[in-house]
Amino acid sequence: MTSAPPDRHDPLAPLVLDPAESRADTATPPESPTTIFWRHLKKSPLAIIGGSVLLLFYLLAIVAPFVAPYTEEEMDRRRYFHPPHSLHLVDRQGSFHLRPFVRETRLANPQQFRYEDIETAERPLRFFVRGASYTMLGLVSSNLHLFGVDNGSRVYLLGTDSFGRDEFSRLLYGGQVSLTVGLVGILISFSLGLLLGGISGYVGGATDSVIMRSTELLLSIPSLYLIIALRAVFPIDLPSQQVYLGIVAILAFIGWAGLARVIRGLVLSIRRNEYVTAAEALGVSRFRIITRHILPNTWSFVIVAATISVPGYILGEVVLSFLGVGVQEPAASWGNMLNQARSLRALTSFPWLLYVPGVAIFLTVMAFNFLGDGLRDALDPRRVTGGTS
Amino acid sequence: MKTYVLRRFLQMIPLLFGISALTFMLLQLAPGDFLNQMGENPAISPATIEAMRRNFGLDQPWYVQYALYLRNILLHFDFGESFSRHQPVFTVIRDGLSNTLILAGAAAIVTWGLAIPLGIWAAVRQYSWIDKTLSLIAFVWLSIPEILSGLLLLMLAARTGWFPVGGMRSIDYDQFTALGKLRDLAWHLALPALVVGLVPLASRMRQMRGNLLDVLRLDYVTTARSKGLDEGVVIYKHALRNALNPMITLFGYTLGALVSGSFVAEIIFSWPGLGRLTLDAILTQDQYLVMGSVLMASVVLILGNLVADLLLAIADPRISYD
Repeated sequence: MTSAPPDRHDPLAPLVLDPAESRADTATPPESPTTIFWRHLKKSPLAIIGGSVLLLFYLLAIVAPFVAPYTEEEMDRRRYFHPPHSLHLVDRQGSFHLRPFVRETRLANPQQFRYEDIETAERPLRFFVRGASYTMLGLVSSNLHLFGVDNGSRVYLLGTDSFGRDEFSRLLYGGQVSLTVGLVGILISFSLGLLLGGISGYVGGATDSVIMRSTELLLSIPSLYLIIALRAVFPIDLPSQQVYLGIVAILAFIGWAGLARVIRGLVLSIRRNEYVTAAEALGVSRFRIITRHILPNTWSFVIVAATISVPGYILGEVVLSFLGVGVQEPAASWGNMLNQARSLRALTSFPWLLYVPGVAIFLTVMAFNFLGDGLRDALDPRRVTGGTS
Repeated sequence: MKTYVLRRFLQMIPLLFGISALTFMLLQLAPGDFLNQMGENPAISPATIEAMRRNFGLDQPWYVQYALYLRNILLHFDFGESFSRHQPVFTVIRDGLSNTLILAGAAAIVTWGLAIPLGIWAAVRQYSWIDKTLSLIAFVWLSIPEILSGLLLLMLAARTGWFPVGGMRSIDYDQFTALGKLRDLAWHLALPALVVGLVPLASRMRQMRGNLLDVLRLDYVTTARSKGLDEGVVIYKHALRNALNPMITLFGYTLGALVSGSFVAEIIFSWPGLGRLTLDAILTQDQYLVMGSVLMASVVLILGNLVADLLLAIADPRISYD
């Protein structure tokens, strides 16, 4: 908590972490690194909260088709811009029900999309109802949904958008896109950054120069300008799966540069260790020395750096889709959901269009920051021996 | 110092070549033959197309085109013609860039005008409730991306009418007096500048706090205190000067980042800057405008980093680059 917070959520922002890597021997009885790590992580409640929130979000994204009462594309032509339904427990007569219910609405003002509750039409929330069929993870086919209301009526926990699509369902489906972009992007760009940074630091010479000049080039172009220019390479109206891959490729292409520079610095100091010389003397191949003997030493740095970099990738997708060049309708992503809130009319009359994806993005980014901060404290070898400040 | 500046400028040249080559390559990869597209556009006269074809070798292979593009910039300072705006790219970019710089400048005032006093405040009262509150706000604020704070402020403007909902000038701008014009600009600038300026605020504030705390632990501060100097003099006259040094470097780096950071705010608040220009140019496949904008944005970023290094050398006599 005491170290400087990460800089902007920018895939290009230099990773502000201490690259020092020293494992001083201590007088304390030997403990496995994993035990030390867990002991320190448990001390940071924020990291635990952040990690739990993320676990929940990713789980919800995986089971989205089951939790969502409707599909991401299903339009309700009678309920455009419907405000979020409130769940009631006490009915008109004042008696209490354990099973929450929603009230049916009618369109009171079609120009302004103002809806009024119909007091008598109470629709109890049912669990494990049959609805639209889906295939989850390509394995489970079903039409069972976690909750819903009786046929003919609708429940919109977070309201509907300009096409009458359920925001709650779209949030869950959109999470599948927005949350995984970060992980897949990090996976690719960090593999690239580790490998190229490792080669650069270990091999040196002309290879080093070429790699370092490339990173300078990528880091000299303001990131969003580069992202947008890269986006122009692909046609605007691609199918959403290809757009998804395109976005991941773009973000990874930009993101490796900053990491490669830090890794190179780390490798330069690690390669002087005797065990590297020993491996060289044994005739181990360069590639193997880099990947098996040198890079594992950068692990604690890389884990923290990856955690605090994920939000940058998520926001990359959000910005692209918000600008209309990312994930295309009708597929949902948090970015194109936010795009629905761009008009002044939406901002003044239908604020849930901003709040719903906005809060999801905010919570995700904050959870990653909390987790990254806790991981940094837990993995920092100097803090293992020293007291907390 | 002079040789250092000169060397840095010379280093910029291959970098700019690289950036222009990369951008050019990307646009070549982009789908659609825009020469045909231009030909279909009745608003572009055949004479213009013919002139462009000749000057930029649009029917030639890409390496010839790139060489011609560079030649036109170096010899004639001609960045090509914007197809969608019927203006030389240089003119379009000049306007966009100056608007972006106005926004970035105002944002810098927001960032530094708040970060330094708040950082000092938090450091002087370390571990007090003020310090803790500021840390907490900073930590939460770091998780609010620009796109959200921008939309929230736009919502505020739309609901209250206290601020304009976008643009840079009122419709009757031309009838205002000089002072009125300035006030109108400031009124339009307020929200976008706040959005851009608040992004780096949290980390800058924490850095300022950390710097001052580090300096306050040094021996010379203890000396100053022990000889009975007023605490205010110790902090503001002795400690602060050294604590500000690292911030001066950051200032240059942030200036570059602010130009990049204003991209989203420009879109949300319809600010006619370089970012908005670039997005429009990409959507209309306005090739030379895209190239010019990306180049220009990079120049600003690189210059910002150079200024950062130079400022540090000026501010801190212990650092010399020779």
